[in-house]
Amino acid sequence: MYVAVKGGEKAIDNAHRWLAELRRGDQAVAELELDQIAEQLSLSVARVMAEGSLFDPRLAALAIKQARGDLIEAIFLVRAFRTTLPRFGGTSPVNTGAMICSRRISATFKDIPGGQILGPTFDYTHRLLDFDLAETGQVPAAEQGADDATAKPHVLGLIGREGLMQAEHATSNDDAIPDLTREPLTYPADRAVRLQALARGDEGFILGLGYSTQRGYARNHAFVGELRIGLVEVEMDIPELGFAITIGEIEITECETVNQFQGSKTEPAQFTRGYGLVFGQQERKSIAMALVDRALRWRELGEDYVGAPAQNEEFVLSHCDNIQATGFVEHIKLPHYVDFQSELELIRRIRGEAGIQADLENGHDMKGAAE
Amino acid sequence: MTDILRVNGLSKSYGNQIGCADVCFDVYPGEVLGIVGESGSGKTTLLRCLAGHLEADGGSVEFVLRDGVRRDTLTMDEAERRQLGRTDWAFVHQNPRDGLRMAISAGGNIGERLMAIGDRHYGNIRATATSWLERVEIDPARIDDRPSTFSGGMQQRLQIARNLVTAPRLVFMDEPTGGLDVSVQARLLDLLRGLVAELGIAVIIVTHDLAVVRMLADRMMVMRRGKVVESGLADQVLDDPSHEYTQLLVSSALQV
Amino acid sequence: MNQIMQTAETGPSTDSAKAAGGEAYNFAYLDEQTKRMIRRALLKALAIPGYQVPFASREMPMPYGWGTGGVQVTAACLLPDDCLKVIDQGADDTTNAVSIRRFFQRTAGVQTTEVTGEATLIQTRHRIPETELVAGQILVYQVPIPEPLRFLEPRETETRKMHALEEYGLMHVKLYEDISQHGHIATAYSYPVKVEGRYVMDPSPIPKFDNPKMHGSSAIQLFGAGREQRIYAIPPYTRVHSLDFDDYPFEPMRADQTCALCGAEDSYLDEVIMDDEGTRMFVCSDTDYCGGRLEAGHEGQQGDAT
Repeated sequence: MYVAVKGGEKAIDNAHRWLAELRRGDQAVAELELDQIAEQLSLSVARVMAEGSLFDPRLAALAIKQARGDLIEAIFLVRAFRTTLPRFGGTSPVNTGAMICSRRISATFKDIPGGQILGPTFDYTHRLLDFDLAETGQVPAAEQGADDATAKPHVLGLIGREGLMQAEHATSNDDAIPDLTREPLTYPADRAVRLQALARGDEGFILGLGYSTQRGYARNHAFVGELRIGLVEVEMDIPELGFAITIGEIEITECETVNQFQGSKTEPAQFTRGYGLVFGQQERKSIAMALVDRALRWRELGEDYVGAPAQNEEFVLSHCDNIQATGFVEHIKLPHYVDFQSELELIRRIRGEAGIQADLENGHDMKGAAE
Repeated sequence: MTDILRVNGLSKSYGNQIGCADVCFDVYPGEVLGIVGESGSGKTTLLRCLAGHLEADGGSVEFVLRDGVRRDTLTMDEAERRQLGRTDWAFVHQNPRDGLRMAISAGGNIGERLMAIGDRHYGNIRATATSWLERVEIDPARIDDRPSTFSGGMQQRLQIARNLVTAPRLVFMDEPTGGLDVSVQARLLDLLRGLVAELGIAVIIVTHDLAVVRMLADRMMVMRRGKVVESGLADQVLDDPSHEYTQLLVSSALQV
Repeated sequence: MNQIMQTAETGPSTDSAKAAGGEAYNFAYLDEQTKRMIRRALLKALAIPGYQVPFASREMPMPYGWGTGGVQVTAACLLPDDCLKVIDQGADDTTNAVSIRRFFQRTAGVQTTEVTGEATLIQTRHRIPETELVAGQILVYQVPIPEPLRFLEPRETETRKMHALEEYGLMHVKLYEDISQHGHIATAYSYPVKVEGRYVMDPSPIPKFDNPKMHGSSAIQLFGAGREQRIYAIPPYTRVHSLDFDDYPFEPMRADQTCALCGAEDSYLDEVIMDDEGTRMFVCSDTDYCGGRLEAGHEGQQGDAT
């Protein structure tokens, strides 16, 4: 006797309870606190803020905790929360030139005005598991120099002063810059939209694309002109006040690449630029973003389209969002039995007719053989 | 008889480089016009501007529609030009891969233009495709095979069938025999000559091969550095060239 | 670009999150401004039947692919006195249908029903109810890929042009290829339709059995694709023609069986595998329709393996 499966509601409730239990894990082990996540897993927090497009370390920490450390799930939680926030308006452009840098390096010059600052980087660590960390977390304090809050000039600006760097055309009207989260993405997309999409795009996807440009799929000969990480002030015009006030301070990573020059008989050769900017300390993402940004500029710079994935705006922008990607990839686990049933009917019918045909032909052959 | 196409002062440059400059000519219904020149002479640029694949810098390309109205196709909107591209015009590429859908059967390739203009009867479409395969000397049994399984000559003949099936009034051809062996070329030229005469289509054919012009063209134009240096009846120009460049071209061709 | 990145207050953010995380959401979750934006897109879609209107799809608290487009359309249409029905694969009790119904119970507090005739708004994934819809009802479809030409031409810039210029030859080439290869048009679901003689439209992955129900329907049919940021619509009493050839006309298709529970001969059937021997039975995919027939005293040959 067949009874249709019921009880979806009960199954969902139980699944949620089980999930909550697993998230907590062994009750004998102390529960993670948000401060611990925000302080000790700060790079995870940075990624969740960047791809979640919401600068709030505590919310990101909460999302990471709730998502059991699954960063894409955490990004999803932050995005879903972000949608419900009212938009008060746009801030003034962040002045990255006034950044208080914790790290600032240039690969194009040995020394730069304002100095290279190595800062907290994994770059020259030996990747040996530190078994001491398994026991205690006490670390000796790093030697500290005097606070250096002086503005450091952009390296690309210094090259630009010589006219060697192609100038970026300033957007006269900030309101004209579309907001990817409030307007549908349409093609062709201008650079402001592309940069927004890349900034919140999946780190792994952008990394792979950036890497592909280096291996010859739209190679653009990039040097890291400057990579800087630090704090910048966020200012906003308050109409009631009639002037801009600082509403907060955020940590960002900015990467500017110096790329192959171009020119013609009429225009002298100039270097071109790739740009990456992300929340938090995210060097890998910002460098990869700059490579992909540069690859996507082929049309504007009059370069050839060589069919490389990183040049293909629709391909890059339509697939870089990991929340869209994870949803659609995973949705094929939802029931599709109605569609499958209709395919079943069709394939049976086609095979049935082919079978009749084959039988007829076989029958004919056998008859021929018998004769 | 009035012309079907009238080109006036057509120009196209790439930066400082001249593609073609101030080109003027007419084409009459049923006439084959050959455009010859070395590579880089601007003949392909000219053809692509005429067909609307490239945006010209200046001039006009007037085409007489079926209702007799004369229209400048350079100022037409894209919808009209694309409509023209699938009805009255056709374009045969040098490389059949550019003009065929390689993942679609031969029958589908021929049927596409019919379906694009509204044919909705499978049996009729198939019958037309079959008869066109025969006309271009392809075994109709290959109707459900993909062009990727065809030889180069067969692919080119399939491309021609796909283009001519809707009886266009003007066909652009870009080195249609370019990539083929000499023996295959001769057969294709023979086939083209027959079809063009039978259907009364006007053809503009671009080639560097004077033999192609001699065999197909009624009239010809010689291009050099983006400009037309000589034009006239094909036989006349080939047998008694007046411009020194044409003389050079003809003599070098004869030596081959 | 920096200025558009949104900063939440960095202060007591978890408190504000808590406040919003409770029942402090707006009616039907979305804020009124967003709903207005969606309604404008819906009106445009109704005015140009079958045309895909881009809209600024919001990030929803359920994953893309789970019906975020349909949920946003429903949210924009719901009124407090609406009566909502949600189905997935024709059934009210599939997990995703339950989840979406609960979402609106929680955020909109509207009445819900499983009875097609009682509902004022029905959100569906992959089916059209068997009971004929009437004037005043709204059917909201969840759409994964709104572009019927997508698998023939991946570039959005190109497909938009093809729609604008009504260049649909390629679509028929695909159908031609099917017949030449299989003897049939080999599309069983998401079967493309032409709406009011103009736009070719993807009806969402409903089985082609359901296609004729779209034609001339008295109800308003709305389609939402969240991830792809598109909304389209079929206004009431619109011509909806499933693409075909004159000599290979469109054929709706269902299993050649009757429902084992209610004996229905006209409904779309699910095939259920009963045991390791592969014994099968067929039952109505539309659980409400089947239940209604059972109540009315109809009977099938339950358990009788076919």
